[in-house]
Amino acid sequence: MKYVTEFRDKEVAKGVIGEIQRTILEIKQNPNIKLPIRLMEICGGQTHSILQYGIHTALPSDVEFIHGPGCPVCVTPISTIDLALELAKQPNVIFTSVGDMLRVPGSDENMFEARAKGADIRWVYSPIEAVEIANENPSKEIIFFAIGFETTTSPIAAAIYLAEKLKVKNFSILTAMVRVPPALEVILSDEECEVDGVLAAGHVCTVMGSEEYEPLVEKYGIPIVITGFQPVEILGGVLACLQQIRDGRAVVENAYDWVVEKEGNPFAQELIHTYFEFIDRTWRGIGNIPHSGFGLRKEYRHFDAEEKWKNINAVKEPKPNKYCGLVLTGKTKPTQCPFFGKECSQEHPIGALMVSSEGACAAYYLYKDVGVNE
Amino acid sequence: MTDFNLECPVTGYANTDVITLSHGSGGESTQRLIMNMFAKAFPNLQTDTDGAGILCGRTMAFTTDSFVVDPIFFPGGDIGSLSVHGTVNDLAMMGAKPLYLSVAFILEEGFLLKDLQTIVTSMSAAVKEAGVSIVTGDTKVVEKGHGHGIYINTSGIGMVLAPVAPNPDRIHVGDKVIISGDVARHGMAIMSARNGIEIDPPIFSDSASINRSVMSLYDAGIHPYCMRDVTRGGVSAALNEIARARSTPIHIRISEESVPVEDNVRGLAELLGVDPLHIASEGRFILFAEPTLAKKAVNTLRKFPGGEKAAIIGEVVAEHTSGLVTAKSLLGSEKIIYMPAGEILPRIC
Amino acid sequence: MCLAIPGKIVEISENTPMRMAKVNFGGAVKSEISLLFCPLAKINDYCLVHAGIALEVIKEDRAREALFLYR
Repeated sequence: MKYVTEFRDKEVAKGVIGEIQRTILEIKQNPNIKLPIRLMEICGGQTHSILQYGIHTALPSDVEFIHGPGCPVCVTPISTIDLALELAKQPNVIFTSVGDMLRVPGSDENMFEARAKGADIRWVYSPIEAVEIANENPSKEIIFFAIGFETTTSPIAAAIYLAEKLKVKNFSILTAMVRVPPALEVILSDEECEVDGVLAAGHVCTVMGSEEYEPLVEKYGIPIVITGFQPVEILGGVLACLQQIRDGRAVVENAYDWVVEKEGNPFAQELIHTYFEFIDRTWRGIGNIPHSGFGLRKEYRHFDAEEKWKNINAVKEPKPNKYCGLVLTGKTKPTQCPFFGKECSQEHPIGALMVSSEGACAAYYLYKDVGVNE
Repeated sequence: MTDFNLECPVTGYANTDVITLSHGSGGESTQRLIMNMFAKAFPNLQTDTDGAGILCGRTMAFTTDSFVVDPIFFPGGDIGSLSVHGTVNDLAMMGAKPLYLSVAFILEEGFLLKDLQTIVTSMSAAVKEAGVSIVTGDTKVVEKGHGHGIYINTSGIGMVLAPVAPNPDRIHVGDKVIISGDVARHGMAIMSARNGIEIDPPIFSDSASINRSVMSLYDAGIHPYCMRDVTRGGVSAALNEIARARSTPIHIRISEESVPVEDNVRGLAELLGVDPLHIASEGRFILFAEPTLAKKAVNTLRKFPGGEKAAIIGEVVAEHTSGLVTAKSLLGSEKIIYMPAGEILPRIC
Repeated sequence: MCLAIPGKIVEISENTPMRMAKVNFGGAVKSEISLLFCPLAKINDYCLVHAGIALEVIKEDRAREALFLYR
């Protein structure tokens, strides 16, 4: 597969690792740089890659990875999931969702269980498909569970565009989309934060560009390097980050420039800003972060499922688990959570980070090294 | 001359094109269904007696399986062919020559007879291909709303030809692990069909009978220590089951790159974010063989349709307290290959 | 977040509400991929696809440069 095979090539990867090792030796010459160097990768997909391809063990122990909050499933509040389940059970509704959300438990049940009891819940590959379902089922109401970061917000905007074009009136979205920069700021501004460099999510930046990260490097003085998701792409990003640290620089660097443009994709951004505006959002495990979400603009609220079903009240007593939040913000490793692998496992997940295949806990569970129990 | 169609009001004689409750009543309608459809497709069906008498002079293998697949028709097969292959394969995995099958249909009122005919014809072809006979059967009809169109159960009996039956306890440290062909086609075909994802070239299920492949191994002097067909949960489930099933569990190490997967299957799996190691096949099996015979086993398997990509994928490295399956990651670290937990879902993240 | 896969555009259809493409992902060709964000994309271009939409056309020369440096 082109652009996959080359960036998964073992020899090329080893070459980059060699360069990383040389850079670390140079860093060690500088007594002012504290080791180990802690790099935070933002996105669950990056975490997956790091563990799946063994990047974390291939690198010297002078580099440590801290896993960031880039798992939209993990950060969706339980109250939103409960609301989704209530909406799915409404008469005449076809509730559509991406696969990731189907297994996440709400307070009482998950989507599979609701479907077994008769709710019409369907998996779709793209939000655009949900609009097509609406177009083909004029007597039904189609709702799409709109989770995701900026990357996914773009096809969601495209779906709204298509709904307008086709004059589809029976389509709405339950908005839960979130933005990276405000969450990253919350993490970096924390006094206990020990992040020395950030590996920014390449697909988010494909849409949004890199400019949003400039104020962060200025304020916090750490490099932010945009990487792709294949092992060579991530290693390239790690190398760039370490080189900046070695040289005492802290800038936004694009190590994925065959995909990411500095300005991002203007067509996608224009559409996103047409339909959505920044709103405050509650992140599960973190709390409310101002301007950290996307919500429908007033003139497009007819696409808002919460508006259409204003009378639904799905608020239930939340079951707090503070460890999910600590792992999400990189303060704790999954293996340090007392429930990890015991009450909370892949077979019986409690926290969303275990349910979601992008969650740090799921990644750790699936890829934990033989014989290594941290 | 007008088209003159006399329809008798008595239910048993009505010219219907669907299954009705009367088909399951054991009376005229049932008899007609059996004689006109089932007996024609299964010439060895013993319709005079309740069960089928079979000569039994040595160790016999006996198995049963029920099939509830949705959708009933999928690219590369249907619930009928699946039900034949599934039971034939279970017998073959025991080192047995599959001989006789029974089939039980549970049909929902309203199920189209022409669909049933398609399924039965497909079973007839599968039975011929595997060299077995369906000798006895049963038919029940349930009220509309109480069955998913059609459920099938097949049971099978075979003669164990293997000098010593394959069994996890016969596996030794050092044995090679072999896969009989490319994997994950069935699960991806079902995922495609169920969710309306079409790709080109389309993915066809790998549902097939593997008894002839298995017999050819014995004929070539290769006696697999253990075999397991790869079904739900894919290669990872089959390997984990065996690793744990042995009285003293084992550590199996595989090489991910050596597990054969067709391009279109891998492409769709990448797109949906699923791991081919967790996806079902229906006509593929894993075997554990003596290291010196491993290559010969692969060459033997490659002679059969579906076996073109047969390959050695790993080996048994050690005994282990609880059973372990691992693979080397790209950059050399060893990672655990888990039994998939629950339904395999596509992901967007 | 963001499972996005590169694929090669093999066919484009213009006469639909949104410009759509057939994209080949290493041997699996999927149709109905939206080109709404890539109006300049042409046949044989490689694009990064997420949830049914092409996010960007991949720039071959820059990828080549990067791989050259990494080697």
